[in-house]
Amino acid sequence: MSDAGGVDGTTAYRVRGLEKSYRGASVPAVSGVDLDIAAGEVFGLLGPNGAGKTTLVRQLVGLSVPDAGSVAIFGHDLSADRSVAARLVAYLAQDEAALAELPVRLAVETSARLRGTRRREAARHATGLIDELGLGPIADQPMVRLSGGQRRLACVASALAADRPVLVLDEPTTGLDPVARRSVWAAVRRRRDDHGVTVILVTHNVLEAESVLDRVAVLDAGRVIACDTPVRLKAAVDDSVRIQLVWRHDPPHGDPAVMALARDATRDGRRWTARLERAEARDVLARMTRPPLIDALDDFTVSTPTLEDVYLALGGRADDLEHR
Amino acid sequence: MNELRTEPRQGATGNRIAVLPPRTPLPRAVAAVVAGQLGRVRVAAVPLLFVATLQSLGIAVLLRGVVHGRGTATGASIVAGTTVLVVAFVALNLLSQRFGLLRSTRALDYYAAMPISATAVVLGTAAAYASFTLPGAVVTAVVGTAVYGLPFAQLWVVLPAVLLAAVVLAGTGAVLGLAMPRPELATVAGQLGMTAVLFLGIVPPSHLPELIRAVRVAVPGTLAVDAIADALRPGTPWGDVVLRLAITAGYGVLMLGLAGRLLRRAVNR
Repeated sequence: MSDAGGVDGTTAYRVRGLEKSYRGASVPAVSGVDLDIAAGEVFGLLGPNGAGKTTLVRQLVGLSVPDAGSVAIFGHDLSADRSVAARLVAYLAQDEAALAELPVRLAVETSARLRGTRRREAARHATGLIDELGLGPIADQPMVRLSGGQRRLACVASALAADRPVLVLDEPTTGLDPVARRSVWAAVRRRRDDHGVTVILVTHNVLEAESVLDRVAVLDAGRVIACDTPVRLKAAVDDSVRIQLVWRHDPPHGDPAVMALARDATRDGRRWTARLERAEARDVLARMTRPPLIDALDDFTVSTPTLEDVYLALGGRADDLEHR
Repeated sequence: MNELRTEPRQGATGNRIAVLPPRTPLPRAVAAVVAGQLGRVRVAAVPLLFVATLQSLGIAVLLRGVVHGRGTATGASIVAGTTVLVVAFVALNLLSQRFGLLRSTRALDYYAAMPISATAVVLGTAAAYASFTLPGAVVTAVVGTAVYGLPFAQLWVVLPAVLLAAVVLAGTGAVLGLAMPRPELATVAGQLGMTAVLFLGIVPPSHLPELIRAVRVAVPGTLAVDAIADALRPGTPWGDVVLRLAITAGYGVLMLGLAGRLLRRAVNR
């Protein structure tokens, strides 16, 4: 295969008709997935656990052979040569058990060396990444002795080692505190802005999806049920608002507003969440803010739609997305 | 696809064309795997090696009393067997456990997503595990030779023989670890393999029944044991020694190749 001949430089990933089923499973893990991901884009895969995100990314990085369909990275077809993915993509899996017993610095250095960087240069890479992600105080500790968040951050550093043109990060911020999470997002953005790196980010965190992604594909049961910018996706359900109520005690029985709300709301103890049409929401709010209901309420919030609302509006069946 | 889908925006890199970075050359990949593995086992290596060496030395010294007066051939077999046992303890038994664990926890994805061959992973891991067995094997050979009153002149054969035994035993350990469906079975298989080397390596072939002697040849590492035993006897049959080491090397390459295939298969489950 030639290095660049016939390659469309603006498309990092071209995915067509991707299928994958596991033996014994009643539904396919990935079904009919088509995606175009532009070079330099921060692209997200959002969906609840079991939606097929990890199976899809394993196919995108050449670790899993699809039952049908094709994946091309910068015009290089993975079905012709799966090693192309390893040469272009740095992949962060959900759990990097292979690195567990290595000290952080050695883990980052080893990852850089495995990607072809010479030893001294790899050591420089490791030092730079350790500084960038604030890993200095734990650099010489074995990963296995670190907290879950610290370990995850060290794994992110390993994925960023040796500057690949594509980063595929499977839930990179799971378990991270807000400071570490922001430093990961900043590192990802820096690589995109300064070096044009393409980033595919798997997440089930709505906040992360809304704040860092250029575009997002929403997955449910192995299918892409929507794919667009977070803003445009939310605009599609813009005629609704989300109302969240926290009752001080059990809500009054027999009140028509409570009964109407009870029909649509998701209940978590005394916390009720409902997505209502704007007109309906105005009506409910008017009643809620008058006695006797206002006296029974501890708190209420009204917010514009989130990607979770988009997900549910598009027929998503699970509601275990994170939004913290 | 839903109607919400749009065309992707123009990438920040404009018309940049991604040039394929080369695959990492095999020696560099192996060196990186070795460095990582040595960094990982550095703390555990010394006690492990101590246990492996002490076990072999203990067996050699114990058997000294049992086989007293049975000639140099028996003594040479015991010294050779206990020397290779040090390698088997680590390279076969522990490596089988390691690969069983890597396979079951999907940790092989880490290596499979790197631009390196499966052979580099197996070779690097095997080399790291085998490398810290060498001092123990040499100590066992030297002490055993002294205890049994064998000639030291040809003891240098231990070095190539132990190296080649390490290759074949590490390859076998990797194969067992990668072939077993569960990590517990990989552990059992590694321990059974080590037991086979212990029994068939240390007991002189002339003391074994015909059938077991035929099976013995197929057990990885036994030909390296025989090569060392031949070298420790007066009137060394050098042709046999070279042939046995060559077959051991070929067997090792075969096992490493098979382990590489199993690793690729394990990733694409």
